[in-house]
Amino acid sequence: SVVCIAQVPDTETRIKIGGDGRRIDEAGVKYIVSPYDEYALEEAIRLKEKEGGDVTVLGFGPDRVQQALRESLARGATKALHVKGESGDADSLGIAKVLAAAIKTIPHDLVFFGKQGVGTDNSLVGPMVAELLGYPQINVVTHMETAAGKVTAHREIEGAEEVIEAPTPAVITAQKGLNEPRYASLKGIMAAKKVTIDTKSIADLGLADSDIVNQRVTIVSLELPPEKSGGRKIDGGDPAAAAKEIVRYMKEEAKAL
Amino acid sequence: MPGVLVFCEVQDGKLKKASREALSIGRKLAEAAGGDLTAFAPDKSAADDAGRYGAKKVFVADGGGYNTETYTAAMQAAIAQASPSIVLFGGTSNGRDLAPRLAARLDAGVASDVDRLEWAGGKLKARRPVYSGKAFATVEVSSVPAIATTRINAFPAEESGAGAAEVVEVSAPADAKAKVVETKVTESGELSIVEADIIVSGGRGLKEGANFSLIRDLAHAIGGAVGASRATVDAGWIDHQHQVGQTGRVVSPNLYIAAGVSGAIQHLAGMSSSKHIVAINKDPEAPIFRVADFGVVGDLFTILPALTEEVKKAKAH
Ligand SMILES: Cc1cc2nc3c(=O)[nH]c(=O)nc-3n(C[C@H](O)[C@H](O)[C@H](O)COP(=O)(O)OP(=O)(O)OC[C@H]3O[C@@H](n4cnc5c(N)ncnc54)[C@H](O)[C@@H]3O)c2cc1C
Ligand SMILES: Nc1ncnc2c1ncn2[C@@H]1O[C@H](COP(=O)(O)O)[C@@H](O)[C@H]1O
Repeated sequence: SVVCIAQVPDTETRIKIGGDGRRIDEAGVKYIVSPYDEYALEEAIRLKEKEGGDVTVLGFGPDRVQQALRESLARGATKALHVKGESGDADSLGIAKVLAAAIKTIPHDLVFFGKQGVGTDNSLVGPMVAELLGYPQINVVTHMETAAGKVTAHREIEGAEEVIEAPTPAVITAQKGLNEPRYASLKGIMAAKKVTIDTKSIADLGLADSDIVNQRVTIVSLELPPEKSGGRKIDGGDPAAAAKEIVRYMKEEAKAL
Repeated sequence: MPGVLVFCEVQDGKLKKASREALSIGRKLAEAAGGDLTAFAPDKSAADDAGRYGAKKVFVADGGGYNTETYTAAMQAAIAQASPSIVLFGGTSNGRDLAPRLAARLDAGVASDVDRLEWAGGKLKARRPVYSGKAFATVEVSSVPAIATTRINAFPAEESGAGAAEVVEVSAPADAKAKVVETKVTESGELSIVEADIIVSGGRGLKEGANFSLIRDLAHAIGGAVGASRATVDAGWIDHQHQVGQTGRVVSPNLYIAAGVSGAIQHLAGMSSSKHIVAINKDPEAPIFRVADFGVVGDLFTILPALTEEVKKAKAH
């Protein structure tokens, strides 16, 4: 199977706006594998352990993406493909077009994504790739099983779970709870060093920059939220009095009672 | 036609809140763009409701329950008839499943999870929280149609006073590769945090799972949903459906009450856009107080029961 890995700023990152006013300032930012992609990767590795085959991790972006792919190899992926390019200049459909073209060059039954790339928080790329490849999609998956030519997965929806059956090849997007991702072992880290990460350009995939550079969605500006003007703080030593104050706040300001 | 088409969903015979909100902002955008508001719905029962929120027409495809592939085809058919400039989806599971699939089919751009929308200079301008609310991106969608999914609770639902919408049937192929074989209800009767106007959240300060009853009692008294920090979910005190934050749900209710939650950056990411925030924590330095509009420094074990009593009294009046 193929696992698409997005590299994103560490969730602890203090966001600063870059000089162009449209992107974050990358200076000093630590990058990680997007947390949901870890569930996607773990599921693919478990499948490989059960049924054999390769797990190819695929990342589109600048050189630093190799680090995320290397980490994924250390956890148990067997191959890696890095499509070099300024993914930051592409909108989600642009990214999906690159990934779809790359996926076609890799043998697979299932294509895994995170349900959301943490940071840009779009939740778009997985279903877009499914459509571009003409595959069924099962989105926000918390449990899955495979059988010959078929995948059955639980899709999380409001207050319920749908059990969905689809023929392979299919797209799965992973939700927290799908599994408990493993850490890289020392042996895995050593083995990963020996794997050559395959590298391709967008042109190698038969695409031109104009296919992917923002034509549909452009970021106009990026701003930090306004500072909260410092709320009121009271002492709760007298619970009954504090409760009265909270209720007054809820009634008069939040208009919630 | 420079109009707006809104994907609508029905639950218990009524339009979902997310759909009503999307129709309401859709109506404003349609006025600004100088076109009509139309809706897509799974069946005719939505016509009255959709009309009440300003839709002139409602496209219906009696193709059964939600299925990504058949609904994509049906939406495509509705779009072919209405030729809207803008297509909106309420930010439900289905809306967020369908919007990107349809966008890829139409080669259109999507702004997802937006909390502001504007029609400016022939383009859809949207604001969306990114880095889990640590920043806001303003984006322009220049494709036709321009697609957006709306964040629940970000746009007030406002009726327009109009009558039922005209029903237009669209036909779409009913075959799909993926099939729903079963739906398992996980949280019967409980209000989902995503749609709730009020959320009461508990953290590790509750000390043990059984004490979530303090949170539930208050939520019940106010008519709100129960939220939780990841620490409590990981401890097995409560189901993941309740988790608020970066790896849980991002919520923006009118009122968010956090008790015994420290306010880690990943938790704040999921709730700091709430309109009113009340925090109860015994540590005056807890980071949750930085985003709280109303903070109480004290012991949740005494304050929560007192608050529940006080809310019941207020409600009784
Ligand atoms: C990649 C990643 C993703 C994450 N995603 C999420 C997420 O989605 N959501 C999330 O919540 N966290 C998330 N976390 C975890 C987060 O960093 C914190 O660990 C977590 O939010 C802490 O939960 P808490 O506030 O309940 O517990 P604690 O941080 O332990 O805080 C407990 C609080 O209770 C207070 N307290 C104790 N006793 C009392 C009392 N008697 N009365 C009043 N107050 C009391 C304490 O002062 C303290 O502030 C994530 C972490 C990582 C690394
Ligand atoms: N540049 C990228 N390279 C590889 N995979 C990506 C990239 N961007 C997004 N993805 C995948 O798409 C998923 C959803 O991302 P998004 O639509 O941006 O929220 C991620 O969890 C990844 O699996």
